[in-house]
Amino acid sequence: MAAAPAASLEDLTRGLWRENPVLVQMLGLCPTLAVTNSVANGIAMGVATLFVLLGSNVLVASLRTVIPKEVRITSYILIIATFVTTADFTLEALVPRIHAALGPFVALIVVNCIILGRAEAFASRVSVRRAALDAIGMGTGFTMVLLMMSGVREVLGSGTLLGMALFGGRFEPWVIMVLPPGGFLTLGIFLLLLAWRAERRQRVQEA
Amino acid sequence: MGDLAWILISALLVNNFVLTLFLGLCPFFGVTSRVSTAVRLGLANLFVLLLTALCAWFLNRFVLGEAPYLRLIAFIVVIASLVQIVEMAIKKWSPVLFRQLGIYLPLITTNCAILGLAIFQTNRGYGFWQGMAFAVGAGLGLTLALVLMASIRERLDVADVPAVARGTGIVLIIAACLSLAFMGFAGLGSSL
Repeated sequence: MAAAPAASLEDLTRGLWRENPVLVQMLGLCPTLAVTNSVANGIAMGVATLFVLLGSNVLVASLRTVIPKEVRITSYILIIATFVTTADFTLEALVPRIHAALGPFVALIVVNCIILGRAEAFASRVSVRRAALDAIGMGTGFTMVLLMMSGVREVLGSGTLLGMALFGGRFEPWVIMVLPPGGFLTLGIFLLLLAWRAERRQRVQEA
Repeated sequence: MGDLAWILISALLVNNFVLTLFLGLCPFFGVTSRVSTAVRLGLANLFVLLLTALCAWFLNRFVLGEAPYLRLIAFIVVIASLVQIVEMAIKKWSPVLFRQLGIYLPLITTNCAILGLAIFQTNRGYGFWQGMAFAVGAGLGLTLALVLMASIRERLDVADVPAVARGTGIVLIIAACLSLAFMGFAGLGSSL
């Protein structure tokens, strides 16, 4: 590991925007759509995923010379499942109401492609420090998208933010936004806006 | 018997795995450009779902009673080995199908629908036949969603989609419309 590049700020910032796991890599869509009907759920899911990602990345990176190549995926999944079980029980103990609202989606963090993807593509090749920085960046990027999604959906769909009413009694909630179609629609519109921005920037550069 | 039928219909339409529970989105966005592939992947998933329901029932009944905290780990290991076996079987019997499914076959392991089925089944305390009905409903529902999406996308190939919406953007908007349509089934519950 003598040739391994040192940890850098790049490891941390990459996941935030430029290689954002959801908006750019299109990974981890299930939780992004399923639990973002309120900001509280989004935060809990984001933090739980960040925790699992950090734990698994650090452990995978520190065991990278020990795990045989042939069984690496299975080993990663076992490591991830262990951390998810921890997160599941912790959420149940600390915030039982949110845990109930998230339902099976906490356990489903195991199959969140972001985590396995980072373990396989990054953490298994680099030092523990770089893996940890990468996990924090990617996890924060994921949490950010969850916050954006759940913010839009909660405000439009129930007229509240973190449970506080925003508009007084006159607001007619756009209920569809907190129901399943709203998830697809919100993410679709985000992607359209991003593509539109990228296209416009390209046109400005060409001109 | 009405109970079993209701579980099946509910998993197929009312609580469709893809369009209302957001499970199995990776193949839904990834492998739905051709109807023929979508059908095959859907049926492969149905098969894995049935096997998973069987295994989950067995584990819950005979193994995990003493150690519920090992549930997640046990499920994921069993599912991973199941998929590996199915993969080997398909590779042996139908190399063409194997090539077409490509990366999405091993990815059935990380398909949330499979683990989701096992967890839902456990949480709701389904027995053997209920679990089977649930798996069939979920698998057919997944196939239905994949085929619907694939047929729309085949038409979309010849449509004039604005440049910014090409790719995942338009697919998500279509998914929103499909999901909206499936919400209509929510009223089915009271009449059955």
